[in-house]
Amino acid sequence: MIVHLATLLAFQLAGETLSRGLGLIIPGPVIGMVLLLVFFIVAPRAAVAIQPTAQGLLSHLSLLFVPAGVGIVAHLDKLGEDGLAILLALAGSTALAIAVGALVFVGLARLVGARE
Amino acid sequence: MNSLPEIWTYLAREPLLWLTATLVAYAVGDALFRLSGRKPFVNPVLIAVILLASLLWVARVPYTTYFEGAKFVHFMLGPATVALAAPLYANLGKIRASAIPMIGALVAGSVTAILSALGIAYAMGVRGEVLLSLAPKSVTAPVALGVSEAIGGSPTLTAVLVILTGIMGAVMATPLLNLLGIKNWQARGFAVGVASHGIGTARAFQVNETAGAFAGIGMGLNAVLTAIIAPIIVRLFL
Repeated sequence: MIVHLATLLAFQLAGETLSRGLGLIIPGPVIGMVLLLVFFIVAPRAAVAIQPTAQGLLSHLSLLFVPAGVGIVAHLDKLGEDGLAILLALAGSTALAIAVGALVFVGLARLVGARE
Repeated sequence: MNSLPEIWTYLAREPLLWLTATLVAYAVGDALFRLSGRKPFVNPVLIAVILLASLLWVARVPYTTYFEGAKFVHFMLGPATVALAAPLYANLGKIRASAIPMIGALVAGSVTAILSALGIAYAMGVRGEVLLSLAPKSVTAPVALGVSEAIGGSPTLTAVLVILTGIMGAVMATPLLNLLGIKNWQARGFAVGVASHGIGTARAFQVNETAGAFAGIGMGLNAVLTAIIAPIIVRLFL
């Protein structure tokens, strides 16, 4: 458990170092995720070992967004007089993006005959 | 013995109280979510945020004090993002087989999110910095803030828009995708990850592991794509 958590942190650290060192726009943890995926492909046994710790963290992924969510409440006034227009734009575009993305995925999957 | 106000003064300053409050608020949200029969609009994040924000407002505690405790939870976002490599690895075969649908859905979803957000807001009279802050709202916060700054938006406002987009995506995804009759977990997860980043991905993991893995990929790929195309779209249309 400790070794697995340390592994996740080490890959985040490596990603963070690369992201800042090279001045990339991609955040450190995302680079760390890619590096860990490559590591899993090279060493499949590590994937099996880390699986339970990763699953434990990810099953409560929602919880980790709560502190940032509380922070935005204080800034809701920043929406200002455009508040209603902005909320409609967010709701409309999120619904459209989910619908279009999923429909295109399903359409192309049928076209190329990918298995589910 | 200390008086009650003295104890409060101590507790309100220490991380312990607000760390505990964050976990309890989320546990309440999660319990209500389960009690509701896992209804998507009973979103645990939304409930926890409302509970905590009300508590801070009533107790007149500033956000910075709250965050001293909550930062331990917030910090775990980093390792959790790295941990996404595990479900990605487990689904690697499916991912290889779905490369073409993913690329198509990524481009379509990403462009739709940016253009429709700008279009709806513009039609309703939103202009300037506020309008520009909307463009990167579908991607994960650290990238969105960078993009917002680069195109002349307000990073603080974008942070608010990113979180709101995530919560909206998490709440509307299931009913919307059911309405469209889409049963493919890969398509459902991927589209949600592209449109509503980590909060949408967290929701996808609640529903189905494959959907969660594909949401994680959608989130990661859209972070890169939006960083490239948002500045181009803004230059073309605004």
